[in-house]
Formats: sequence, C-alpha cells, structure tokens
Amino acid sequence: MCLGVTARVVKIDGKKADVEFDGVIQTISIAMTPEVKIGEYVMLHAGFAISIIDQQQAEETIEIFMEIKKMMEEEKRHERG
Amino acid sequence: MNEADLAQWFINEIKKCKRPLVFMEVCGTHTMTISRYGLRSVLPDNIRLLSGPGCPVCVTATRDIDMGIAFARIPGLILTTFGDMIRVPGSNSSLLRERVNGRDVRVVYSILEALEIARQNPSRQVVFYSVGFETTAPSTAFGIMEAKTANLKNFSVICIHKTLPNALRVLLDSGEIGINGFLLPGHVSAIIGVRAYDFLAKEYSIGGAVAGFEPNDILSAILTLIRQQQSGPMIENEYRRVVKEAGNEAALKAMQLVFRPCDSEWRGIGVIPGSGLMINADWQEYDALQRFQVDVGEPVEHKGCACGEILRGVKLPDECTMFGTVCTPENPLGPCMVSGEGSCAAYYRYR
Amino acid sequence: MDKIMLGHGGGGRLSQQLTSELFLKYFGNPVLNTLEDAAVLMLPQRKIAFTTDSYVVTPRFFPGGNIGKLAVCGTVNDLAMRGGEPLFLSVGFILEEGFSLTELEEIVQTMAEAAAAAGVQIVTGDTKVVGKGAADGVFINTAGIGVIDETLQISVSNAQPGDKVIISGTIGDHGMTILSLREGLSFKADLRSDCAPLNGLVKALSRFEQNIHVLRDPTRGGVASTLNEIAASSNVGMIINETSLPFKPQVKASCDLLGLDPLHLANEGKLIAVVANSVADEVLQVLRSHEYGKDACVIGEVTDGRRVALRTYIGSTRIIDIASGELLPRIC
Repeated sequence: MCLGVTARVVKIDGKKADVEFDGVIQTISIAMTPEVKIGEYVMLHAGFAISIIDQQQAEETIEIFMEIKKMMEEEKRHERG
Repeated sequence: MNEADLAQWFINEIKKCKRPLVFMEVCGTHTMTISRYGLRSVLPDNIRLLSGPGCPVCVTATRDIDMGIAFARIPGLILTTFGDMIRVPGSNSSLLRERVNGRDVRVVYSILEALEIARQNPSRQVVFYSVGFETTAPSTAFGIMEAKTANLKNFSVICIHKTLPNALRVLLDSGEIGINGFLLPGHVSAIIGVRAYDFLAKEYSIGGAVAGFEPNDILSAILTLIRQQQSGPMIENEYRRVVKEAGNEAALKAMQLVFRPCDSEWRGIGVIPGSGLMINADWQEYDALQRFQVDVGEPVEHKGCACGEILRGVKLPDECTMFGTVCTPENPLGPCMVSGEGSCAAYYRYR
Repeated sequence: MDKIMLGHGGGGRLSQQLTSELFLKYFGNPVLNTLEDAAVLMLPQRKIAFTTDSYVVTPRFFPGGNIGKLAVCGTVNDLAMRGGEPLFLSVGFILEEGFSLTELEEIVQTMAEAAAAAGVQIVTGDTKVVGKGAADGVFINTAGIGVIDETLQISVSNAQPGDKVIISGTIGDHGMTILSLREGLSFKADLRSDCAPLNGLVKALSRFEQNIHVLRDPTRGGVASTLNEIAASSNVGMIINETSLPFKPQVKASCDLLGLDPLHLANEGKLIAVVANSVADEVLQVLRSHEYGKDACVIGEVTDGRRVALRTYIGSTRIIDIASGELLPRIC
C-alpha cells in the first residue's frame, strides 16, 4: 500500500496544502508534516503528505551515481588500454 | 548519468555474486515495480526474489471482506473504500458486485473524501472501510480526529489496518523458507522508521535494505543485500530522501492516540498476535464495529487457491495450479490476482 | 419549453418542431432538408466503407468536447482508419424525457461544427424519446459511409516484421479527462480530451500508398489493446520503447497519482500507423506538419514472434498487457 507521488508545496492553509506536480494540483493534508514550507517537496499518499523530501539526500544520491559513472568510465578506459 | 547505464552497472555488479541467495520483498508497490520493469529477468538465476505478504489488500482475511460486504448491505448506508478493495472476492460476493446490485459503495482516494461524503449526506450513515499497513493507518487516525473536531455524527470506520514487523517475525519463525535478506518497504518505513526492523538483524541474523520505488532503487538495494552476506546483516536505509531514521513522529503519535494493537487475521497465514490496529476506547464512537451489529458467517475459501503459500513466499504465482488458466485478472479467484499489486496480478500482467 | 417531452419523439407537431427548429437549423443541407424517409446519395464506383457506433459517455460535456463531437469524430475516424474518405453520416438520438433542450442544442451545434470540420454531411436521422430513467440523458448513434482510396492497402492484419510503429500524438488525454471528471477525483489539472477528426491526417498519408500497412485509432482499451489487436491479426510481435512514448506531463502525473497505466486509457484524436521502415521518417514529417499530428513519433517496431513487449527505461523488457475490466484508481 505504498503508492506515493512527489509533489511541490505551493500554498499552505492551516492543516491543508496545495501541492503541484507536472501540472496537477491537489489539496492535501499536511497533518503529518506540519513543519513543511512552501517550495519544499513532499511524498503524498492517500491525500496526506507522509514525508518531506530531503533535498540534500536526493543530491547525495545523485553524487553517488556520478561516482559510479566515473568508475564505469575508468573501467572502460582500462579495457581499451 | 543515464538510468539504463546505471541499471546495467548494478546488474553487472550483482552478477559478480555466484552464491544462491533468496531475498524477500514485503511491499506491494515493490512487487509491482519488480514485475513492471522485468527485474527478475535481468537478475542472474542464483538470485531469487520472493514476494511476501506486502499487499494489504491481499492479506485482508476473507472474514473481513465479508464484513465489508455485510456493511454495504445495510439499507441506506454509504460504504466508502479504496479502489483496490472493491473487486476482492469474499466468500460469495465482492464490494463491486454489491454495487452492481444497487448498494451504495463508493471508491475514494482518501479518508478525507469519505469525510466530505459524510458532511454532504448528514441523514445517512457513512462508513469508511479502512485497509492498509502503517503507510495508510496514520491518515485514518487523522481522519477520525477530524471527524471528532467536525462533530460528524454519521461517520465511522471499519478499521482493519495491519502492522508489518510482527508478520515478518511469524514468517521467519515458521522456517518455511530460508531468506538471506529483506527488501524493506519504502513508505511503511517513512512512518515507522528504520530501527523498527533492527530485530531482524539482531534476533534472526537477517539483514534488510529500505528501498525506494524506482527500478534502480531496487537494484541498488539488492546489491546492498548481496554485500551484507560478506559484511554481516544490518538494516540499511537506501531511501534516505524520504525515510528518516526515526520515521514520522506526528504520524506515530496520531496512531498511538487513536489506535491500539490487536491480533489480526492474515489471509493465508492465520492470526498473528499484535499485528493489527483497532480503534481504542477513547475514540470508539467512530468504530463502525461498535456502532453496528453485523453478523458474518464462517468464511468460505476457494479450494485450490494458493494465495496463502504465495503470500508466505513458499510458492511463486506460476506454481499455483489455477494461475493464468482459471484465475486471471478478468476472473480473479483470490486476492493475489485481484489487487493491482498482488503477486499474481503483477506476475500475470508483466510476464 | 426547455425540456424534452415524450411528444418530441412522437412524430407529431412537437417532433416536427424539434426537427425544423433544431436539427435542420444546424445540420441542414439539400439532402437532409427533403426530410424523406431515406437519403438517396450519389457515390462513385468504388469500394464503400460503412460503419456505425453508439455513444453513451458520461459526463456528456468535458474539456475538449462533448458526446456529440465524439459521435461525429468517432465514426469519421472509423472510416478513416480503413482508408476511407468519410462522406455521409446518419444520426440517431435516443433522448430521456426531461432532458434539457439547451444541452441538446449545444450538442447538436457541436456536431454540426465537427461535421463541417471533417467535411461530412449529416444526411439522415431519427429521434426517439423514452420515459424518465429509461436512458441516461442522451444516447447517440451515428453510422457513416465513405469511399475507399484504393492506393491504400490498409488492414489490421498487414503489419510486417521490420515495420515501424508510429503514434500521431500524446497518449491517454481523453481517457484521463473523462476519468477525472467521472470519479470526482480531488485534483485539478489541465486535462483536455483530444477528440478530433483524423481523416485529414489519413488523406495526407495516402501519398505513401502501400507502405502504410496498418492504421488504427486506440480508443477504448487504449494503446495497449490496439497494439495487441494488430499483433494478433498480423501474427507478429512488437517492441515498444518506453522512452519514446509521448505524454502530456499532467496526464502522466495523473496516472501516477491514481496508479493507472496510461496505455490503457482511451484516445479519441490519435492514430497508430504501422508503416514500412523505408517511409517512417517521411511519414513522421507529414504527420508533424498537420494540426492533429504535431507530437507524432516512432514508438517502436514490429518483430517476429507474438510478444508485444515494452523496453523499459532501464533496458529490461516486459509484456504490454490488455486492460482487464473497469479501470479502478489504486492507492496501493
């Protein structure tokens, strides 16, 4: 029961918020993420934000992938050389 | 970095492992992703991916489905439920069939919609049939709290939520299958946190990796589990962008406020102590099971249905004698085929 | 009087009033205006294409069109997909007693506009009125006649290994628009039906003659069903590239939100063309220079065997399956 979608918070109104992703706007509850700020991304499930996406972690993941890419290119160079 | 290249890198690394290993995933959306992206076909034969009891729709007991159907039959009552539930077969009907027969069964995307239906129909009883693991249970708790704040007198909830950790314990205690590691659910973990699974490593010496839902997230988690065979079992969080160590505090508080643990019957497994959630005494006016007296007879299970064994990871869907012949997505005989993320449906759709 | 009454289908004064004040006002042409029992038409000495369809969609009005526009375009497109040039339509209305005349007028006006845009004439029709509850507002049947362009040898069984599979634009627009309105789903998005007549597009493709092997519009059942139908009839397989599939971002996002596969959603203004490899690039150019083909792209190719498969964005493959039964939004 894990279907979730990431969306950006565009408006906050008490315990509810409007979130946007790819042109879809939805009004959801932020009761579980009351500290969220406009502009942050949340994970949505069944009409609720269940987590605030950690941008730094997301970036770290990209960094890891960049590392892997470098390693792949090294390996290719070795094979050719 | 191209996703396909990255996937290829993971697959190449995974292929370096020659040991036969069995990993189990326990999340319906992982089941779907694995099938939808053909991941079993790109993994080497020595790595076996089992689907466990990760689809809450699939593990809802027949008795509980029959309960929902009985509620739908109460004259004048509006039964609201998630879309996933309405085609699941009970003993002799389903919520969809009840709707076809004229009962007021409505699909909602969130308990918040059910509350709105209750507001708009003050003279009718509105019941929310609530299924799901810890990802969804908190929203039910908040929904019940909102009902109280709004003083909604015509709203109640059939709460048949289940919790995962104890089910994993029972699975491992049964010793039916040897598991070398768990792919742990991404969004259940967003709620309960990562430490909730420590007992797997400490008491059973089986490690786990909390994984996201992109195919590369899953490949990465599998690689992590393979590496743990050398480095030792531990619980690792590979979905850090969504899952915090401690989980979601507000969600956990709401669940503690509104629910209490209870025993729960899992289809194909039986009663697992402390694996369910029920509405506690402070909120019992919103408990549909208290508000209404509904009798259901003994459930009737379909002979030959291997859903139980499939849910326990003992069999793969194509090892059920009815798979793809008598039991298909058009004519599902058991929950594993009905639910979009049931093992059998996922297997069938993306074979 | 602003509502349909049983008398409007009775053949008497009310019926005649409805015909002259509404139908003739919008559909009027020399053939229809004679109000004969049957339309007599001059057709060239060629193969005739003939098709019929009934339209019962709810909601009746949606962004991008209404049930009337669908009724005209749907039948025009069925003719076009066989390589027929649509010429004449019949229209049959079944109206529920109490149906709003204002709504009916809007539907009829839209139908007239759609027919004009497609270059077809509505030459005969019928109206019946049934008691309250016996129909859901309005049901429309249209039948269409067209002439076959014999330079085209289109058939659903004509696909050959090596052919390219092309779609004329974004996928799932109509299906998601209707679904979002019907389920009363709690999100807002710029969703719009793609309902459109495709005969102009098909005419533009006629220069490729026998290199166009299959034309099909992926309506109910979506792209998944259509690809499987073509493969089954032609006894071939297909490999479709996930990264090539065109979607409007809001349609894809709505599908993600609801747990639906956009390949199962209906399209009412798109065609799938299976064409000889040698003409694929040119076909694309022709489609893209047309109003209804701007987002056309190659999505895959025809193979041996019988597997209709998707190559996912990570490079693995899996089967494209037909939707089973009703589409239910998931949250799981």
